[in-house]
Amino acid sequence: MTTEQLTPVNEFCSYHRIEYTVISTFHDAGLLELNTIDQVSYIPVYELPRLERMIRLHTELGINTEGVEAITHLLERIDMMQQEMQVLRNRLRSYE
Amino acid sequence: MAFVDYYKILGVEKTASEKDIKNAYRKLARKYHPDLNPNDTEANKKFQEINEANEVLTDAEKRKKYDQYGENWQHADAYEQARQQQGRSYSGYQGGGQQGGYNFEQFGEDGGDFSEFFQSMFGGAAGGGRRQQARYRGQDFNAQLQLTLQEAAQTHKQTLTVNGKNIRITIPAGVENGQTIKIARHGSPGVNGGPAGDLYITFMVADDVRFKRRGNDLLATVSLDLYTAILGGEITADTLTGQVKVKVKPETQNGTQVKLKGKGMPVYKKDGDFGDMYLTYNIQIPTNLTNEQIELFKQLANRK
Repeated sequence: MTTEQLTPVNEFCSYHRIEYTVISTFHDAGLLELNTIDQVSYIPVYELPRLERMIRLHTELGINTEGVEAITHLLERIDMMQQEMQVLRNRLRSYE
Repeated sequence: MAFVDYYKILGVEKTASEKDIKNAYRKLARKYHPDLNPNDTEANKKFQEINEANEVLTDAEKRKKYDQYGENWQHADAYEQARQQQGRSYSGYQGGGQQGGYNFEQFGEDGGDFSEFFQSMFGGAAGGGRRQQARYRGQDFNAQLQLTLQEAAQTHKQTLTVNGKNIRITIPAGVENGQTIKIARHGSPGVNGGPAGDLYITFMVADDVRFKRRGNDLLATVSLDLYTAILGGEITADTLTGQVKVKVKPETQNGTQVKLKGKGMPVYKKDGDFGDMYLTYNIQIPTNLTNEQIELFKQLANRK
């Protein structure tokens, strides 16, 4: 993975004005993948959309990290169910 | 343009403290926040209203102006000009739109756009108090693209204009209705060196008058005259790639379904693979029979 696809955790935390512990809590909960190169932690680019959503839930809505963890799992289930619903809707159209 | 009652939107009294407003905002935001209501345009709209109400009522200057003029907001600027001309001191709001230059377009989603009422009264984001959603990575864009079934059946290129830029994309044959593809890094640019967001395109495949689609298979109903159904023969049927000849077996029953192998939709991203087409026969009973035809049918009926 090239460094272009990685964002240093400290840079991310400084932009969002959050503590490193917020990131490490999400990481410990298995919600976030981190890469460590030369003792520096990086966030893979593909993790950013999900991580930024978790940060927004935490900072804008005042939801604690456990709550964010639960919501993230639920949102992933909703996403899967919406995809399933779309497949079923398409099938239903063939009977109309 | 109608007056917007921000107190009513947040469900608080006009005398509400800053803390009450914050609590009311958070309570409603937890219900309608776009991150908690993916693909829900109604919730997104509601969140925009809540966001706007919060923006005004948590900003002392904006709230003061809003409270002062209320439903007479249309005359707010005229009143102020008159007061200034009369030499009265006024230390509150400093004229809508003076700071200008704020690009609303970058907030196309997630509670970004303010109402006309807000923009008219506060001149865009006058006062610089706009609360921007936390994003390091650029915002994703979502777009919908309408396709006919015929278009969805062929790999083809289309040019889209996103944020003033033309993007030429290849649409693979076999896309489903409601399917979304991601065009990486074609969303809004990131902040402080953050990566750009992505562009998500959702395909809306219109119904076709001739065919129904079920996954990769196509379904069609064809009329079959009684005589061909009884004696067998050959008919022509429409497919996506033109007409084909289909042999009809003698004594074919109404509602019989026949499969035309490989005449369905192309399988998404599997070159050379196709679904099947299913034809359902709808046997037409002859009408306006002549006396001779009726006599012949009677003879047949008597020989059962």
